[in-house]
Amino acid sequence: MTATQNPSAPAPRPAAPFVMEARNLVKKYGSVIAMNGADFELRPGEIMAVIGDNGAGKSSLIKALSGATIPDSGEIFLDGQPISFKSPIDARKNGIETVYQDLAVAPAMTIAENLFLGREILKPGPLGRLFRLLDKKKMHDEAVRHMQGLQFAIKSMKQPVETLSGGQRQGVAVARSAAFARHVVIMDEPTAALGVREGNMVLDLIRQVRDSGLPVILISHNMPHVFEVADRIHVHRMGKRAALLNPKVISMADTVSVMTGALRPDELSPDMLAH
Amino acid sequence: MTQPTVSTAAGPRRFQLPSLSTLGPLIALLIALIVFSVQSPRFFSGTNFSLILQQISYTAVLAIGQTLIILIAGIDLSIGIVMALGGLVMAKLATENGVPAVLAILGGFLTTMVFGFLNAQIITRLRVPPFIATLGMLGIVTALNQTYSGSQTINNLPPLLTALGNTFKIGSTAITYGTVVMLLLYLIAWFVLSETAPGRHLYAVGNNPEAARLSGIPIDRLTVIVYTTAGLIYGIAALLLVARTGVGDPNAGQTDNLDSITAVVLGGTSLFGGRGNVMGTLLGAVIVGVFRNGLQLIGIPSVFQSLITGILIIAAVALDQISRRKA
Repeated sequence: MTATQNPSAPAPRPAAPFVMEARNLVKKYGSVIAMNGADFELRPGEIMAVIGDNGAGKSSLIKALSGATIPDSGEIFLDGQPISFKSPIDARKNGIETVYQDLAVAPAMTIAENLFLGREILKPGPLGRLFRLLDKKKMHDEAVRHMQGLQFAIKSMKQPVETLSGGQRQGVAVARSAAFARHVVIMDEPTAALGVREGNMVLDLIRQVRDSGLPVILISHNMPHVFEVADRIHVHRMGKRAALLNPKVISMADTVSVMTGALRPDELSPDMLAH
Repeated sequence: MTQPTVSTAAGPRRFQLPSLSTLGPLIALLIALIVFSVQSPRFFSGTNFSLILQQISYTAVLAIGQTLIILIAGIDLSIGIVMALGGLVMAKLATENGVPAVLAILGGFLTTMVFGFLNAQIITRLRVPPFIATLGMLGIVTALNQTYSGSQTINNLPPLLTALGNTFKIGSTAITYGTVVMLLLYLIAWFVLSETAPGRHLYAVGNNPEAARLSGIPIDRLTVIVYTTAGLIYGIAALLLVARTGVGDPNAGQTDNLDSITAVVLGGTSLFGGRGNVMGTLLGAVIVGVFRNGLQLIGIPSVFQSLITGILIIAAVALDQISRRKA
C-alpha cells in the first residue's frame, strides 16, 4: 500500500491516441461466449458510455478492463503499452479506479477513513513503517482538499458515511476514485441506486472528474443520463462492440434500436457514428 | 453546478443515536452503583472495587480478544476453554515437567496462540463459519483438557506463575498486578484499534467486507492475525486465571465463552461486526462484575445474578437494534 504517492497528480498525458484500448477480447464460460472478439477504446479526457442489453456481455468487458476477470485471449493496452491485470487490486495499482453501483463504502467509518481505506497515510519514520500509525491530521486535510476539488458540500470529514444521503455516499466513492486514479475511472451504474436529484448530482461529479483530465468509462442503463454526459457511446451487443455512436447527433430511440439489434449500424447516417 | 444543501438534514439526528447503545449500559451501571451503595455498607469502598476488578480481570482480558474477533464479524466460542488449556499447560510444564517457570508461561502463550491460529485456518481455508468452527473447537479442547490433565487440578505452582496475583498498595487499597496488566492491555488494544491502519482495517472488514476487499485489504490474512493475536491474549488471561486461583484447573473457563460475549455486547459492540470499541467492552465487563459483586453483598442468591445478567444482555442488544433500525 503506497501511502506516499501524491494521489492528485495525473500521469503526464502520453502520445498514445488511446488511454485505454482493448482488441479482440474473448471470454468463454463453457459453451457460453461472454466476449466474442470485443474491442474497446478510450481517448484522453472523454466520457465513454458503455451500453448494452442484459446478456450483451457488457459486464464481462468491464470486468476485463477493471481486472475482475482475465480474458481467454485478446489484448489490453494502457497508454499504448500492453498490460494484463490479475485482479482488481492489480488494475488499481496501474491507476484504474472503479466506482461500483452498490456504494462500496464502509458505512460506520468516517468520510476521511473511507477515502483512504486500504491506502491510509501513515506517520513518517518508524512510527508509520513499523507500527503502521495513522497520520490522522494529514488524512483529514487531504480529505478536505479532495472533497473540495469535487465541489461537494460536506461539513465534516469526521462524519460517518452512513449519515450521508445515497448521492453523497456515491460522491465519496467518486472522490476516492478521482483522488487515486492516474489513468482511468470506471463507473459501474453509479446512479442506479439513486433518486433523480442525487443522480444529477453524481452526473455533475462525473463531469468534474473528466474536466480534471481523467477519462471516464460510464456503464449505465439510464439513457437520459448517458445522453447527458457521454462524449461517445460504445454499444455492446452479442459479446462485441456493435457501434460507436455520437450522442450529439443520434437520437435516444435510434440508440436503443442499435442496442437491441432493430437497427444495424450500417443503416445509420455517417454523422451518427462517432470517430 | 448543483450544490447539495438540504440532504444532510437527517444527518445529525441519526448521528446521535448509536451512542444510545453505550449510554444505556452506562446508566445501568450508575443505577447499580447507587442501589448497591445504599443497600450494602461494604459495597462502596476502594477495597471492594479493587476486588471487583480482580474478579473480572481474566474474563475482561478474554473479552479484548473477543472484541477484536467480533469487530471482524467473527465470534469465538472456544475462548474460555482455550484459556483453561493455556493455564493447564503452564501449570503442568512448570510442575510435572520441571520446565523453568518463564518457559512454562511462554509454552502456555504458544498453546493458546496455536488454537487461535487453528480457528482462523478452519474459518479462512475450509470456509467454516466462525460460530461453527469455534463451537467444534470448544468440544475438541474440552476433551483435550480432561485427557491432558487426567481431570486433576494441578497444585504447588512456582511463585512466578502466581505473581500477577500479588498486590501493591495505593493508599490503603491493595491492587493486584493482574488488574494493572488488564488495564494496560485495554489501553494497548484501544490505541491499536483507533490509531493504526490495521486497527481501522478490522472495522472495515466487519463493516463491509466487499468494500474492504476492493480496497485491497487482505481479509483472510487479517482474520488469521486477529484470531492468533486473540490467542495470545487468551494466554495472558490464562496467566491471570492461574495467578488468581493458584492451580491449573481442567474445569476452568466454562462460563467465560458467554461472559466474554456479554461484556462485548454490553459495551456496545455490534455482533454483526464493524462497530464498537474496546473501552466499551471494559465497561461491559465492569457492569457484569459490579452486578455479581453487589447482588452477592446484598444477599441475593446466585441464580438471580445470572437472571439479571441475562436481562442486561437482552436489553443491551435490543437497544442496539432499535438504534440501528432508526439509523
